[in-house]
Amino acid sequence: MADNTNAAAEVAAGAPPGMPQLDVSTFENQIFWLLIALVAIYFVLSRVALPRIAGILAERQGTITNDIAAAEDLKARALEAEAAYDNALSDARAEAQRIAGETKAAIQADLDVAIEKADAEIAAKAAESEKAIAGIRAGAQEAIKEVAKDTAKEIVAHLGGKADARSITTAVTSRMKG
Amino acid sequence: MADEAHGGGGLSFHPMDQFQVKPLFGSYGDPIHWYTVTNVTLWLGLSILAVIALMVLTTSKRDVVPGRGQSIAELMYGFVYKMVEDVTGKDGIKYFPYIMTLFMFILCANFLGLIPMSFTTTSHIAVTAILGFGVFFAVTILGFVKNGASFLGLFWVSSAPLPLRPVLAIIEIISYFVRPVSHSIRLAGNMMAGHAVLKVFAGFAQVAAIAPVAIIGVMAIYGLEVLVSAIQAYVFTILTCVYLKDALHPHH
Repeated sequence: MADNTNAAAEVAAGAPPGMPQLDVSTFENQIFWLLIALVAIYFVLSRVALPRIAGILAERQGTITNDIAAAEDLKARALEAEAAYDNALSDARAEAQRIAGETKAAIQADLDVAIEKADAEIAAKAAESEKAIAGIRAGAQEAIKEVAKDTAKEIVAHLGGKADARSITTAVTSRMKG
Repeated sequence: MADEAHGGGGLSFHPMDQFQVKPLFGSYGDPIHWYTVTNVTLWLGLSILAVIALMVLTTSKRDVVPGRGQSIAELMYGFVYKMVEDVTGKDGIKYFPYIMTLFMFILCANFLGLIPMSFTTTSHIAVTAILGFGVFFAVTILGFVKNGASFLGLFWVSSAPLPLRPVLAIIEIISYFVRPVSHSIRLAGNMMAGHAVLKVFAGFAQVAAIAPVAIIGVMAIYGLEVLVSAIQAYVFTILTCVYLKDALHPHH
């Protein structure tokens, strides 16, 4: 309402109706203060604000560039370290393979010697055993022959005959072969 | 008294009252001399303070990682700097402070004008005409100083067929001299129209039945005006850049 009262008072006081923009009597005033304002803003901006912001942006650009350079440096060093690590790893692997091969060869040689010795022993033992078995077998045949002869003689005697030793032996021998 | 003067209880619209230039001290009707401290002075002063607050106070810490205020200041700087660089080229950069001054002044004045009960300095043709004609004369003088008489090549479209060139030259000359007029009226007209419409809608709010609609209207128009304030500052600035480019490189 204050506005309306004011307006009414203005109308009463004979204010020109229509657009205040076209009231030429206020132009000098507006232009004067506008020029002062523009000059003030120009000096504030060109002397203080713009150089300061330009400085801030340049500094930030510098910081970013430095940081990127540092990051690239670190990355290169990391790659270097990785390469060194890979190198060491492959060296170690080769060394391990070599050692494993050597050890394997040594063990194989020992093993071969041991196997040979064992084979020889086994062969000797086998021969010995075969001999013993052959002896035992021969002994057994002899004993069977004796038993058979005796048994035959006894059987013949019981049956009432009188067998001469030679014919019994011949019979037993032929039987045992058969 | 107002109601009596306007027919007792009816609607009273005074959409143009907000543009009146009044002495800050003393009453309406006192003579306004060129040095009188008026509401124009007050709001221009506030524009200066707004520019200082926006561009100087926010950047006082000079942070490498900017805060909110400093980001805004840097954004403004980058925005106008890029505009000048893109439109006028590298040799236009040295006029960047002047263009920045125009942009910051118009932007702050437009936005300050959106405060209720405020006075919009950029809604006055006297103000925008000084800005527009200032740009016009500066650019024209600069064009002749930089290019001599060959600045007139701006009006001689050498890429057009010869018979057409005089006709085009006349059109170019007319458009060149219309530039400051359209430049200044565009800004003042936009500001004035928007604020007047706001006032008209606010006037309708006096009637209880349509008050809600009127208030929603005020809100909608206010949002539009916020947009217009920024866009007009941008338009004024980029046109200034275009005119500056013509002065620096007058040949098509």
